[in-house]
Amino acid sequence: MSVSILIFIALLLPVLSGILNIVFRNKADLRDSLTLLGTFLTFYTCLNIYWGFEGEIFHVSLFTIMPGLEVAFHLEPLGIIFSLLASGLWILTHIYAVGYMRGAKEKNHSRFFLFFSISIATVMGISFSANLFTLFLFYELLTLITFPLVSHKGSKDALRGARVYLSILLGTSVGLQLLGIIWIYYNVGTLDFIAGGILGDYFSYTELIILVGLFAFGIGKAALFPFHRWLPAAMVAPTPVSALLHAVAVVKAGVFTVLKVGIYIFGVEKLAISETTDWVVWIACFSILFASLIAMKKDNLKARLAYSTISQLAYVVLGFALANSLGILGGTLQIITHAFGKITLFMCAGSIYVATKKTNISDMRGLGRIMPITFLSFLIGAISIIGLPPLGGSWSKWYLILASLEAEKQFVVIVLLISSLLNIGYLLPLVARGFFLKPDTETENKRFSEPNLLVWLPPAITAAISFLLFFYMDYIRNFTVEFGLVN
Amino acid sequence: MASEIKQTVLHLSDHLPILQVVVPMLIAPIIVIFNNRLIAWLLSFFGTIICLIISVALMWATADGSVLTYFLGGWVPPVGIEYRIDAANSILLFLISVISVIVMFFSSNALISEVPKEKHTLFYACFLLCLTGLLGVVATADIFNVFVFLEISSLSTYVLVAQGSYVDRRALSASFNYLIMGTIGATFFVIGIGFIYMATGSLNMMDISERALELGNNRTIQAGFAFIIVGMGLKLAMVPLHIWLPNAYSFAPTVVTCFLAATATKVALYVLIRFVFSVFNYQYGFVSEIFLFLLMPLGIIAMIVGSVIAIFKQNLKKLLAYSSLAQIGYMVLGLSLLSEKGLSASLVHMVNHGFTKAALFMALGAFIINTKNPYLSSIKGLGKAMPLTSAAFVVGGLSLIGVPGTAGFISKWLLIEAVLEAGYWVVAVAILVSSLFAVIYIWKIVEVLYFNEKPENHGELSFYLVSPIWILALFCIFLGLNTGLTVDIANMAAEILF
Repeated sequence: MSVSILIFIALLLPVLSGILNIVFRNKADLRDSLTLLGTFLTFYTCLNIYWGFEGEIFHVSLFTIMPGLEVAFHLEPLGIIFSLLASGLWILTHIYAVGYMRGAKEKNHSRFFLFFSISIATVMGISFSANLFTLFLFYELLTLITFPLVSHKGSKDALRGARVYLSILLGTSVGLQLLGIIWIYYNVGTLDFIAGGILGDYFSYTELIILVGLFAFGIGKAALFPFHRWLPAAMVAPTPVSALLHAVAVVKAGVFTVLKVGIYIFGVEKLAISETTDWVVWIACFSILFASLIAMKKDNLKARLAYSTISQLAYVVLGFALANSLGILGGTLQIITHAFGKITLFMCAGSIYVATKKTNISDMRGLGRIMPITFLSFLIGAISIIGLPPLGGSWSKWYLILASLEAEKQFVVIVLLISSLLNIGYLLPLVARGFFLKPDTETENKRFSEPNLLVWLPPAITAAISFLLFFYMDYIRNFTVEFGLVN
Repeated sequence: MASEIKQTVLHLSDHLPILQVVVPMLIAPIIVIFNNRLIAWLLSFFGTIICLIISVALMWATADGSVLTYFLGGWVPPVGIEYRIDAANSILLFLISVISVIVMFFSSNALISEVPKEKHTLFYACFLLCLTGLLGVVATADIFNVFVFLEISSLSTYVLVAQGSYVDRRALSASFNYLIMGTIGATFFVIGIGFIYMATGSLNMMDISERALELGNNRTIQAGFAFIIVGMGLKLAMVPLHIWLPNAYSFAPTVVTCFLAATATKVALYVLIRFVFSVFNYQYGFVSEIFLFLLMPLGIIAMIVGSVIAIFKQNLKKLLAYSSLAQIGYMVLGLSLLSEKGLSASLVHMVNHGFTKAALFMALGAFIINTKNPYLSSIKGLGKAMPLTSAAFVVGGLSLIGVPGTAGFISKWLLIEAVLEAGYWVVAVAILVSSLFAVIYIWKIVEVLYFNEKPENHGELSFYLVSPIWILALFCIFLGLNTGLTVDIANMAAEILF
């Protein structure tokens, strides 16, 4: 099958599964298994795209809106990695979501899965977009489509959270990013992603700094300080949404866009020579430490994980801002390893909620003995986030440290090390509490048990993959090197 | 001579420019004669469809940049009246005609809830006269003819707005207010025409522009221009001459509001464009000064203030009316740049906003049919009770905000590009800020629609009411993905006008 057809299949399959959800809204089992089939087929399609990819320049235009402004798709290593990541984790998240939504007795399942599936379709659109306009189109769609998911509960709190979510994401993208896009289009006349960048000599030094700012802050999904507030606000959503969207799809769409703009619009070498991203390094470092410190203070588990995500996302922005090949590699690896690590943590948080209805860390004493698999998965995920071997997360930190040495910014190394220490400080106490502390009364935890298979298995699998990533990282690195993403 | 006339074959296609205007004008009295509600609707619907067909044919003929001229009664200008169709007005003729068809279709079932049955025949007759006036203003190339048609459309509009009095008596005062303001505007306009006629001795646009060039820097012409700016400023509701608009829009029957919001102010703006580019030479110092120091600031103020006021409105019709003021601000801003890009952006936004606002007002009208009042609190939970209508409202709202993939995005994109070309950074930021305000007032409505319990006694409306709303909503998406209809023609128009 030709690649362009595969791309369209990857875009349409999730939409189709979403629509089937509405058609069979009264037959829960049929509906959920059809969507599961859809998730597998989507992943298989993405795999086929990956297998068929041989580095050739490929470009398919859907339609042209104005000269130089078209909805078009192409293939490049970063996009393929992102599409595989999102569609692969969609399988596990779907299984988990079915168990969670039933276990936690949430309402309106078919609506939930409809928007969930369509949001995956827009992520596919983001992965394969061939120019900044297409990327922006799907970026905005993703914001709008995830709004009903964030506000799913329909309560006052959910509405308030969703409002913050929407206003920050739309505000930054319309107010800053769009301005940057139109500015580029006006000066350069094209928005295509071309390796090495398209800016040429159209922008002066000061203008470049402004442009970098428009994108660094305008891509609100990357949650760079001070536009990070939406991510904790979005935690009112049901946990599968937090897991897939706010550890993988939405936030990773943000940092993916940052990397993509850095590589294919600005051009890494141009950024390195012009030194226009140096100030972003500082912002990213601040974001890393600041969010970690706030995470220490949060007792609500999901809120703590949200701030941890903000901190970890800034690593990717840091990779962009360091403006060298190693930084891009570190950022790319961070997208992958953090996705597996954080989705594990979120799913575990959800498992605990389904099994015990507890959301605060201080209440979780002794639960580890009752839910050993969940807590072990959490431990593995946490170690991967911290960046200790033998887990995947260690590689991304490794390359980021190398990158900062290459960029001769030694202080970044210190920031990264402090951040890892802070990660230990806010992630591991939960595990310790779960295993070593006793609940207030002997009988309190007796009534709880590990939730059903659909809920505890997916995090165990993602934790296992985090472990495997440590050993197979070289394949990913080779893939990016082979096709010229990094050198 | 007589034998020659016999030999020429009468081509229907040669007479399209005048047919466009006279078809609704002729149907209007016929309706009154029949005085039957059903026949009235059928004939008006039929008439608007003919208008649409003609306008599409005209657009087809002028899309390549050619100009169709028609001499009324065979009298050659400057003695006779000339109708002149080019890319710039064919796109507006199309907008007016297509909106009138959709509104007519909607009114078949919607009108009954707002206007008593025995008035329907007269209502349709008035509607057709209003349509005639708007089409005439756009088609003609004779400045006095512009005035005549403008008054035909305005007078019938006053009547149409007053029809809202069966639901709310305040429609009468709104209509009276509009009458006063509109008449002042028309008076200014006709005084301006008088000055021009005095100075040049001609009423034909092309002729005037040639003669004015010979006259050079003429005080009389400048005074005439000033009068015309004020007169049209009133008609197009340019801030601060806008006070008639919010009340007129909110108390008129929904069908009327829909039609007016999509067409009337745009036609007035078109007249301004026509005068600036075809009648006066825009390169005159006084034109560019007025535009830079008067219209641009006013446009920006309208854009920001209109949006901010809209945020605080609880009456949804008023909310949308203030949002219209802001959108008119965009159009004035595009025009005030006096560049090809700016003009093209302004024309595109006229069309895009026409469809967007019509969709919003029509969806709102559908809500009102159920709830009987236009307040925010009464539409609670309708997103669940009327899913199709609400979804169409959301699509229209997204287009108003300017989300990529919708019509509003295209016009905003073009406008910002034009502003950047002129080098006004701050203005570009102001445009974006204004669209963020639009997010606030649209989302306020969306939240009320979807985040409340489903009301008991309201249900989805019939096919005849929902389908026109969705046609408009689909236009909002279509024009955001396919810009052949809008941008290409607007570029052509801007090229011709410059």
